[in-house]
Amino acid sequence: MFYIAIFFQYVAQYMKTRMQYRADLFVEIFSDLLFQAVNLIFIIVVFGHTNLLGGWTRDEIIFIYGFFLVPYALFSSFFNIWDFNERYIVKGELDRILTRPIHSLFQIVLERMELESLFGAVTGIAVMIYAGNSLGLEISWTDPFLFFLFVIGGMLVYGGIFVMIACISFWADARTSIMPMMYNIGNYGRYPVDIYNSVIRFVLTWVLPFAFVGVYPASYFLGKEEWFLYSFLTPVIGIVFFGISILTWNSGVKRYRGAGN
Amino acid sequence: MDKYIEMIRIRFLMMLAYRTNYYTGILIYSINIGAYYFLWSAIYGEKDAIEGMSVIQMSTYVAVAWMARAFYFNNIDREMAAEIKEGKVAVELIRPYNYLGMKTMQGLGEGIFRLFFFSVPGMAIVSFIFPLQFSADWTTWLFFAVSILLSFLINTQINLLTGITTFFLYNNTGLIRAKRVVIDLFSGLLIPISFFPVWAQDILRFLPFQGISYVPSMIFTNSFSNNEAIQAIIMQGVWVLILIMPIQVLWIIAKKQLIIQGG
Repeated sequence: MFYIAIFFQYVAQYMKTRMQYRADLFVEIFSDLLFQAVNLIFIIVVFGHTNLLGGWTRDEIIFIYGFFLVPYALFSSFFNIWDFNERYIVKGELDRILTRPIHSLFQIVLERMELESLFGAVTGIAVMIYAGNSLGLEISWTDPFLFFLFVIGGMLVYGGIFVMIACISFWADARTSIMPMMYNIGNYGRYPVDIYNSVIRFVLTWVLPFAFVGVYPASYFLGKEEWFLYSFLTPVIGIVFFGISILTWNSGVKRYRGAGN
Repeated sequence: MDKYIEMIRIRFLMMLAYRTNYYTGILIYSINIGAYYFLWSAIYGEKDAIEGMSVIQMSTYVAVAWMARAFYFNNIDREMAAEIKEGKVAVELIRPYNYLGMKTMQGLGEGIFRLFFFSVPGMAIVSFIFPLQFSADWTTWLFFAVSILLSFLINTQINLLTGITTFFLYNNTGLIRAKRVVIDLFSGLLIPISFFPVWAQDILRFLPFQGISYVPSMIFTNSFSNNEAIQAIIMQGVWVLILIMPIQVLWIIAKKQLIIQGG
């Protein structure tokens, strides 16, 4: 309960600080929209030259992308740990975090949240509604619940992977360039995995399971029965990966010796 | 001039100290190229050519576009934003060099480092994995070399412009991100410009972005005739000259209304 209270206090503080730089806030939301638009443009331009992408139609691909945006928005609101190394290890900020009586990772999540990214979820749902309409998809009463479950699963997959990468900083003190590029790799989960070769498909399913953020869960709503098993694995994979990342984090924190000063 | 060359050298050595980062970088860029390779293969399907490019030319395009990005890409806009926000820029302005020139040189030092330790080995690795086509014609390589240098200049100038806006916006992380996204799409990194609908191509023709990725990549894949290549390179050069103007103007205004927020 204490954690929930802290969470809302941080949210309130966050709102105040963001309102200081209002112009930048709008630019940031706009740049998010732009980023989403660019990906849609990519899909649309590509489908100007072909009708099917590995057996998937344009609207199906757009739907997958729309779905992907929702867990991704949650992830980017709460897991801004891409600069964990510079911000917390090199500058020794983690010392400050560790003196406080809340789990260190939770504090970093709170300190670094970017709630404006949640707008991405709105865009995503809008894109899904648009694509779902053109595909003539019907919504059953279970769909909202499964949607919620899959979205949380997808967010945990993303969160787990990035927390694990952040943990590298506990063992290796050099700056790692994996973080920014992992964002690129994450994007591949939003295309149907059957267009990749089996190695990449395997990686996207079991090693860096980004496919569970986009194509697998979205397949359920598209009625692609051959992927249903994977769709329902989404929350499981999410919990497993996030659980492992927390364990890694905890053992990393034990190793942490401070940056001096 | 010496001090600028020294800047290149220092940045180069600094990057060399952190070179382990780049082994992972190459691996991840390769995965990146691979995924686009499969995406494009699926798009081509049974087709031999789209917009005059074969699937092999397209995979070469993707590979060279990404590997060239390692050369021209830099974060000097973010560095500038940080220096301005932290107030360090005040010290930089007192120093006996041109701040923007110095930033460009740092970017170049980084670029040269990545060219040798990232792009070249990366390209070699990628060519073992995917079917790529390298030109045997030395003029292609010459054009490519000139073109890629101009790409660096255009991209760096756009970064400088974005960096300078920190003077006016104080906090411009959003703008920096927006710029990056726009460049990835409109420079032709993700899709060759010739794949866009004609009306979009007509607009993009009047923007500097295609000089960043599309032109060198098209030259590298032999998708341009010699004449087209020369014209494209001249266009890149013209853009480099045009972009100097807004940078200078904004820089003069920025220095006048500079507020140091900390330091």
